Amino acid sequence: MKQLWVHGLRGVCVVLLTASVCFGLHAQPAASTPALREAAPMAEDPQLEARLVNISQELRCLVCQNESLASSHAELADDLRREVRDLIRQGKTDQEIKDFLVARYGDFVLYRPEVKPLTWVLWFGPFVLLLVAAVFLGVYLRQRRQQLVPAVLSDEERARAQQWLKG
Amino acid sequence: MIPELGHFALILAALVALIQGVLPLTGTFLRDPQQQVVLQSLARPTAALQCVLVAFAFGALATSFMSNDFSVSYVAQHSNSLLPKAYQFAAVWGGHEGSLLLWVLLLAVWTLAVALFSRSLPLDMVARVIGVLGLISVGFLLFILTTSNPFERLLPAALDGRDLNPLLQDPGLVIHPPMLYMGYVGMSVAFAFAVAALLSGRLDAAWARWSRPWTVIAWTFLTFGIGLGSWWAYYELGWGGWWFWDPVENASLMPWLVGTALIHSLMVTEKRGSFKAWTVLLAIAAFSLSLLGTFLVRSGVLTSVHAFASDPKRGVFVLIFLAVVVGSSLTLFAWRAPRVTLGGRMGLVSRESFLLANSVLLVVATAAVLLGTIYPLIIDALNLGKLSVGPPYFNAVFAPLLVPTVFLMIPGSVARWRDATVREIAYTLRWTALAALALAVALPFVLGGWSFGAAFGLFLGCWVALGTLQQVLDRVRKPGRIGASFWGQHVAHLGMAVLVIGITGVKCYEVERDVRMQVGDVVTIAPYTFRLDSFSDVRGPNYKAVRADVQVLRNAELIEVLQPEKRRYFSSAMPMTEAGIDSGFMRDLYVSLGEPLNDARTEWSMRVYYKPFVPWLWGGILLMVLGGLLAALDRRYRKSTQRVDA
Amino acid sequence: MKKVFIPLIVFLGLVVFLAIGLQRDPREIPSPLLNKPAPDFSLSTLEGDEKFSPAQMQGKVWMFNVWATWCVACREEHPVLVAFAQKHNVPIVGLSYKEIQPQDEAAKSSPEVKLQVARERSVVWLKRHGNPYVTSVMDLDGRVGIHYGVYGVPETYIIDKQGVIRYKRVGVVTPELLADKILPLINELNKS
Repeated sequence: MKQLWVHGLRGVCVVLLTASVCFGLHAQPAASTPALREAAPMAEDPQLEARLVNISQELRCLVCQNESLASSHAELADDLRREVRDLIRQGKTDQEIKDFLVARYGDFVLYRPEVKPLTWVLWFGPFVLLLVAAVFLGVYLRQRRQQLVPAVLSDEERARAQQWLKG
Repeated sequence: MIPELGHFALILAALVALIQGVLPLTGTFLRDPQQQVVLQSLARPTAALQCVLVAFAFGALATSFMSNDFSVSYVAQHSNSLLPKAYQFAAVWGGHEGSLLLWVLLLAVWTLAVALFSRSLPLDMVARVIGVLGLISVGFLLFILTTSNPFERLLPAALDGRDLNPLLQDPGLVIHPPMLYMGYVGMSVAFAFAVAALLSGRLDAAWARWSRPWTVIAWTFLTFGIGLGSWWAYYELGWGGWWFWDPVENASLMPWLVGTALIHSLMVTEKRGSFKAWTVLLAIAAFSLSLLGTFLVRSGVLTSVHAFASDPKRGVFVLIFLAVVVGSSLTLFAWRAPRVTLGGRMGLVSRESFLLANSVLLVVATAAVLLGTIYPLIIDALNLGKLSVGPPYFNAVFAPLLVPTVFLMIPGSVARWRDATVREIAYTLRWTALAALALAVALPFVLGGWSFGAAFGLFLGCWVALGTLQQVLDRVRKPGRIGASFWGQHVAHLGMAVLVIGITGVKCYEVERDVRMQVGDVVTIAPYTFRLDSFSDVRGPNYKAVRADVQVLRNAELIEVLQPEKRRYFSSAMPMTEAGIDSGFMRDLYVSLGEPLNDARTEWSMRVYYKPFVPWLWGGILLMVLGGLLAALDRRYRKSTQRVDA
Repeated sequence: MKKVFIPLIVFLGLVVFLAIGLQRDPREIPSPLLNKPAPDFSLSTLEGDEKFSPAQMQGKVWMFNVWATWCVACREEHPVLVAFAQKHNVPIVGLSYKEIQPQDEAAKSSPEVKLQVARERSVVWLKRHGNPYVTSVMDLDGRVGIHYGVYGVPETYIIDKQGVIRYKRVGVVTPELLADKILPLINELNKS
């Protein structure tokens, strides 16, 4: 019965904790603010821009020291973003846009390397390593247990041990 | 005069380091006990002397900076008379040569610390450890003296310096590199202990007990250093990113991952005498990765925003040094490790096996980061073309590897030593599991929308947090004194939980608005309103800037006025963005100024961000740092014992 | 071979790769356009309104050189190109790449004005430094450059009689490069 109380109390605590966290985080309803001019987004077409950001985050700025096309301020980056925008407007898919750039600049422009035989080791290596390590671990631990069988005392040794402990 | 004295001090330091590296170690190989003691006793004094000499050299360089001595080439490249004093000092490590001098100084400081706090160690171990550290010092000092001398003169002297890179003119520069280097260099102590153990053949629980506090302190510094770097990038670069999987960042993450594995593996070796060979290998690996990082950053083999100006000659030296240090220690390992004894029994499910799994997972994660970082180099070296490996790869591969690692933190710390069962662990953790699941399912709705990614990340974070809380409560209820290392462990684990929640929160729920603003315009990200009030021109000690005043309101109540700036430093053509940030407990509000959109400069592009849980990133890291400090300061390390545990 | 040697062997392999890596330039990007047809385009030239297209060069081995008046390195390579044009019978076509930069005053003008300003500047520059080009096409917005995989200035291509790109040089053309790589290649291509 007492166990039930304890568990029940714990459960109630969890629910209360969850609820209070929810209330704490929940935004208060905003009081009405006087009408102010909402700033216009930089992009003319926010949806297109969002797609541009998604694609260009996976592309490399070719003239920078390791920056993505999305965040770079370099002139070539501006030009390439302009190209990508045009391609999006023409209705090209993400893959087609990437192919367009790879055809001109090579694999170097992709921050996410394509999965092809050249990059199998890169993409699958860590997981293969994990698998191999897990297997080794299991085998090792099992082997270890067999190697270190605890010594079992014979009856005579046990009797002697008892004597020493008493004396 | 002072630069020449500094240079001379470095030469002397190299000689002393050579003595420090060779003689005490020789003393451990001799047969005659008296000769042994004589040579081994040289360890501590030479370590102290080397530290004094390197500190003098460092002081000489710092003096050159603070006194605007532009006849020193390095000072002329990295400083300026208008540069504020604090940055003039920090500029000492703003470039390659000076940062190496900092490296060597910190190595000398760590060595001195080992010399001072090793009373309970037998003399031959002290000799070996300090000897190995001495040999490493020799390598770095030679590197400085032959390829990277900070004291080179510029004749005729420059009238004024080129100024410190504006990106580095920030409190972050003053503290991030020293903390990071304390971590990198600190791993050399664990390395030295490992090599000493291999040389002496005495690889046992006592060795683990000696190594652990040094490793924990190094790890703590490394954690702090990486966290500072991340925080610095976040507020300094102006668009709120905090981790970019840049090669230099990866170079700091890899020793951290292996260092974490090492600390946990040392626990098992200390307690049960098991995994000795594996622990030694981890200790060698942690420092090797530090050295590898040094190579990657300074040799020019990889492009990075952080890379120092590269010089092939330097790259060759570091590579040879790396090959010698790591190659010889791995050879020593291959030779001596098989003789190591096995240690205690353990079940397939036990605290030990969980800790071993933790090791394995962290090592595989490290291998993944290493692979991704140098894969372009490998493909290029094989003449198979040029490709890039960027954040999309690391995010896709690293996260799945870390998920089980983080998850197993809790069952691993609950499992009994020697033998445990899955059933009993599951039973102990049943309420934690349920609560974590409940929170994971419920919280996303409150935070802004349900997504599986958010729920998954929150589950992981809550699982670790609640599991840690449960263990603390369980222990507190029992009688008996609780040591600092208990608190250290759980505070650090809690820090990890907070970090995981922070990452989940910011990745899933951040809102960005890229807008054009004139005075009077607002941006609304409920419940916050950002109103652009004015632009003003300001002048700093070595820059001019345009500052925007942005009022941040919550429900029409003013919380803060943010003042993002666009700075033009006199010495650089590159404009710099200083973001305006309001940090709360649960979120950051972040505004950065872009470019003027008209000639009159009345309309600017601006970025406004709502970044929930970002403070939890820093909070989590600080908790881990606190945990590390507590663990290292546990009484049992400070009590000097003469007894050597078997 | 014992397992304990695995870390050492892996490490030594790593060192070998790093050593090779020291000799490579991580920022140099090989062109995927090698041995592929040169992308077609039609652009106004420096001289007049008659447009130029690479198809006009069919049957000849020619050099395509990317340059601009604001490019400092181009001044270094220019005398080499001028000397080459005088000595050899290989036509050099210039690609005036983004002559009007974004921070330029003229950048805000209409396309016609921009073209005019770009032509004027280029003519003045070529008068001063010599003109090795049979003609120079005006790629004001850099679009053609992107099709050719241009990411820096100067860059130079060697294109064969069938209009296939056979060589790309990123960076300055030096006399040594001309002697060792470019001339032998042109001679070979001319034989076919």
